[in-house]
Formats: sequence, C-alpha cells, structure tokens
Amino acid sequence: MSTTQTPAPADAQGYTPIRAKAAPRPGTWISAAITALLVLGLISFLVTNPVLEWGTVATYLFDIKVVQGVGWTLLLTVLSMVLGTVVALTAAVMRRSDNPVLRGVSWAYIFVFRGIPVYTQLVFWGLFTVIVPKLVIGVPFGPELLSFSTRDLLTAFWAAVIGLGLNEGAYLAEIIRSGLNSVDKGQTEASKALGMSNGQILRRIIVPQAMRVIVPPLGNETIGMLKTTSLVLAVPFTLDLTFATNGIANKLFTPIPLLIVAALWYLAITSVLMVGQHFLEKHFGRGFDDRTPATGRGTRSRQAAVNRAGTTPHDPLPEVEL
Amino acid sequence: MTPESQNPQHPQNPQHPAEPSAAPASSTAVIQVEGVHKSFGDLHVLKDCDLTVRSGEVAVLVGPSGSGKSTLLRCINQLEEPTAGRVLIDGVVQGYDSDPLPDGRWQKLTSAQIAAQRSRIGMVFQRFHLFPHLTALGNVMEAPVQVRGLPKAAAEKKARALLERVGLADRADHYPSELSGGQQQRVAIARALAMDPELMLFDEPTSALDPELVSEVLTVLKDLAADGMTMVVVTHEMGFAREVADQVVFMDEGRILERGTPEQVIDHPESERLKGFLASVL
Repeated sequence: MSTTQTPAPADAQGYTPIRAKAAPRPGTWISAAITALLVLGLISFLVTNPVLEWGTVATYLFDIKVVQGVGWTLLLTVLSMVLGTVVALTAAVMRRSDNPVLRGVSWAYIFVFRGIPVYTQLVFWGLFTVIVPKLVIGVPFGPELLSFSTRDLLTAFWAAVIGLGLNEGAYLAEIIRSGLNSVDKGQTEASKALGMSNGQILRRIIVPQAMRVIVPPLGNETIGMLKTTSLVLAVPFTLDLTFATNGIANKLFTPIPLLIVAALWYLAITSVLMVGQHFLEKHFGRGFDDRTPATGRGTRSRQAAVNRAGTTPHDPLPEVEL
Repeated sequence: MTPESQNPQHPQNPQHPAEPSAAPASSTAVIQVEGVHKSFGDLHVLKDCDLTVRSGEVAVLVGPSGSGKSTLLRCINQLEEPTAGRVLIDGVVQGYDSDPLPDGRWQKLTSAQIAAQRSRIGMVFQRFHLFPHLTALGNVMEAPVQVRGLPKAAAEKKARALLERVGLADRADHYPSELSGGQQQRVAIARALAMDPELMLFDEPTSALDPELVSEVLTVLKDLAADGMTMVVVTHEMGFAREVADQVVFMDEGRILERGTPEQVIDHPESERLKGFLASVL
C-alpha cells in the first residue's frame, strides 16, 4: 500500500498513509563494505594457504579413528552432563533446605569442585584406584560386609565421566538454584493451599517452570562440556576426538590439518546440540507469554496473546450465566 | 479471650456458647478462630481475633489495607502460623495435636499432616497464582491427581465439569497467559473446587481485575454461596457483602472492631473507624 508511486488516495479506512523516504545512512554501507572485504580476505587465505592441507583434512575427516573419537566424545558429554545435572539438582535442593547439615555439605561440594581446576580433578580421578584401592561396605571400625576392588569398577572411561560430571555439577548447581528461586513464591503457596507435599510442589510445579530459565545456560554448559572432554587425557582416557586427531597428527607430522578435522567435528556437534536446545526451550516455554511455540519468533504482548486465543468476548457483559 | 459481645451473626443459628474452647463446640461451626495473635518480628498484625463461621455461612472480612484481613485468612489454612491462639476446623485443632503434651507444650504436626488438613480448604488468591505451564484443564486436574490419587480420566471428567460450572468449558485447553484476568480467576476457583473443599477462602479475589471483569467472578462466588458453600471472603466489594454475606467482619489495625449482619455493619456502623472506612469505599 505504502509502496505505490502515485499519491495514494484516501483508502477504505479513510486515511492516506505517509510516503516516507529512508534517512541517509552512509555508516551502514561503509561498515558493511569493510567487513565484507575482511571476510573475503579470510576466505581466500583459508582456501589458498598450502599449510592447511585441505586434501589431508578430507582424507582424515571420516577416518574410522576420528569417527569413533566423535562417538566417545559425544558419549562423554552426554553422560557427564546427565550426572552433573542430577548432582546439581540434588545440591541445589539441599542448598534451599532448612536442614543446616544439608546446606553446609552442598556449599562445601560447590566450593571444592568449583575451586579446583577440572584438569587436576581428572588426574585425581585417574589415580582414584591408587588412593582408594578397595571400597568396603560395613560398620565403621566394625566388620566388613562387602568389599570391591575399585580397579575392577572404575575404568578410565567412568573415571572421566565422574570427574567431568562432578565438576560440572558444581557449576550447574548454582544455575539450577537461581532457576528454582526465579519461580514466583505464589506458585508454592497455591500448591500448598491445594494440599500438595513439598516433593510434589518441587517436581510438578517449581522444576517445570524453573526449566525455562535453566535451559539456555544449560545449553551453554553442554557446549562447554563438549570442549572440556578434550582434557580427559589427564585421566588418561585416550579414545576421544582430540586424542584421536592428535595421535594421527603425530604419526603424520602434520598437526595443522588434523586440528582442522577436530575443529570441524566440534562445530558439527555444537550445531546438533544447539538444535536440541531449541526444542527444549520450546518445550519448557509452553504457556508463557513471550514466544509461544505457535508463533515462533518475536515477543507479543499479553493482550495480543489473549486476542489471538480469541478468549475475550465481543460482548463485554459477563459471560457467566447462572 | 474477648467475649463475643455482638448480636447473633445468623438469624437461623443462635449464638453458640460464649466459651468456644469448650469442645465439642456447636456441631455446625466449621471455622473457629480463637484468640489468634500474629506477629512478624516487632510487627503485631493480628490482635486477639475471634471468628466463628458456621456450615453454609458466608463471612466477609472488610477493612483498610494493612488491617490484617489477609493474614487472618491465611491463618485459617496455615499459610501463616498464629503466634498465639488457635484455629479449629470442624472442631479439629489446625497445625498441632489436639491435646497439649504433659509439659504444656503443643506437638506440631508433620508437613504431610498439615498438607492433609489444607487439602480440605480451598483458597483463591488475589493474583490467581495459576500454574502457567499447565492448561486450564491441567491446573484443575493437578491436585486431584497428585494429592488424591484420582485416575487421570476421572480427574479430567471432573475438571471439565468444574470448568463448565464457572463458564469456561471451551477454554479448557488454553494456557493461563491466553486468558483474561476474570477467566484466570474463575479457573483458579475451579482448581480449588476440584479438591471438594469443605470451605473456601477468597483473598481479595477481584482486586487484581479490570473493573468490567469483576462481575463475572462475583457471579461465580454468589453461585457458590447459593449452593451452600462455607466461605470466608476478603473483599472491598460492599455490594457483594451486602447481598451475600451472613456476617460482615470489620477489621482495623489487627483487631476485629465490629461484626454482624450486613445491615448492622454496613448500614448502622457504631465505631468512628468503620464510619470513616465506609465513607471511603461506598
């Protein structure tokens, strides 16, 4: 309507839309041109630089060792995030507890595991079987009931998962705690008034609403974890993506193309994780004012949500008839 | 314990014995609030409050903001713990064992026992507090399924019937954010009714609503009262109080200053405080 060249006649609604010409914005064009030139330069550098050896990259991108490394890295990421989330939820709930012992233990866990470098922690878990050769279930200072050799239980893989998971749990605990605290106190009161137990309130009312706040930083942490798995050689666990590409690079004396192989795979996994995060956010965003799944992007006012749902009667008189 | 000096609160029910703690009290008394005080630190918000609400009766609490109406209401379903005095529902002490321990202290109930006591009392809040992640239907089904262990199908059938009763049968699958304030409050009423409460507490149920939405909520309240629900309503809607209340209770600065029928309290106020309050709201 506003794009017509001839003076627009007063239309059906009885007004003439403004015919506007955009304000001059030279800065936009200049900055776009400079940035585009820099990007073109970078691309030509990447394509033409012989040191990058794109041929070698192509050869090893789907090498069996590399692909297996991708699998192990993914498995480490998922398992350690699951462990971290469970531990973090427990720690966050303990932090909110009335029980000072639970609060104190949770605080100490977060203090220790957040304060020590993850690399150091992984070395510790690698040496766990040396520090604690035998796990004993029994009465303290009394008879042993059951005992296990930790060497049989704790393989390098599980040491890596536990090391990464417990470290991650300390960070996630704070994220989850702030998520739980973000839920309006009125929700707890309404649930209590209905006779729900504290456990039911947490599980059914608080956590589902907190997830909306927790998922975006949780996605961030998952991507962080994906990259942190490259430290598992500290355990040492030697099947992950970084170790696999480094191994090949050392054999061929060509570190650069194998670094590119690893980088491309990490980027690919990150993309997949981002898609997963999108769907999680959509799921836990149900029922909230902004970005209702049906409309996808953009924020809408509450009034717009009400209008779209068509719940407001045209007749302003009360709808209740009794 | 202040003697209940007011006139009979309900024409059909003569005043029950002046000493309410003499159990068992009048068999029809659903709520007995006896000498309740509540302090938040140095702030003394409830001072020696007594209130008796009989089965099927509607009590309306009025008073200026900060007078303790909401706190008194919240003491009835233990969202607040009285500092002194006690609350009985159907003659049963709330929050404590019915008899004191040999050393004179009172044994507190466990949180599960308190939850069980609360589940018999419906409550509707000023700001609705619907569960935003559940649809209207989900909100109404939640407590019957989780607390009563009702099968999902039975809970859904019941929830749909209740939504129909508050005029929202066709909004069952909408989320609270898609409903107007008046509709949200009616869902909240249906949610409370889903637990088959013996009594309902309403904490300023229309104060957060746009003026044109107030009547649709009040209509539901009137319907409930006509069906014989025992209700305590904190409100500023004097027209509603006059029409529906069996007793109107005026509170000021934490005390119950006057009580009686709407005619007594609203039309023939005795204290200057009540006269001033009525002049400001009528």
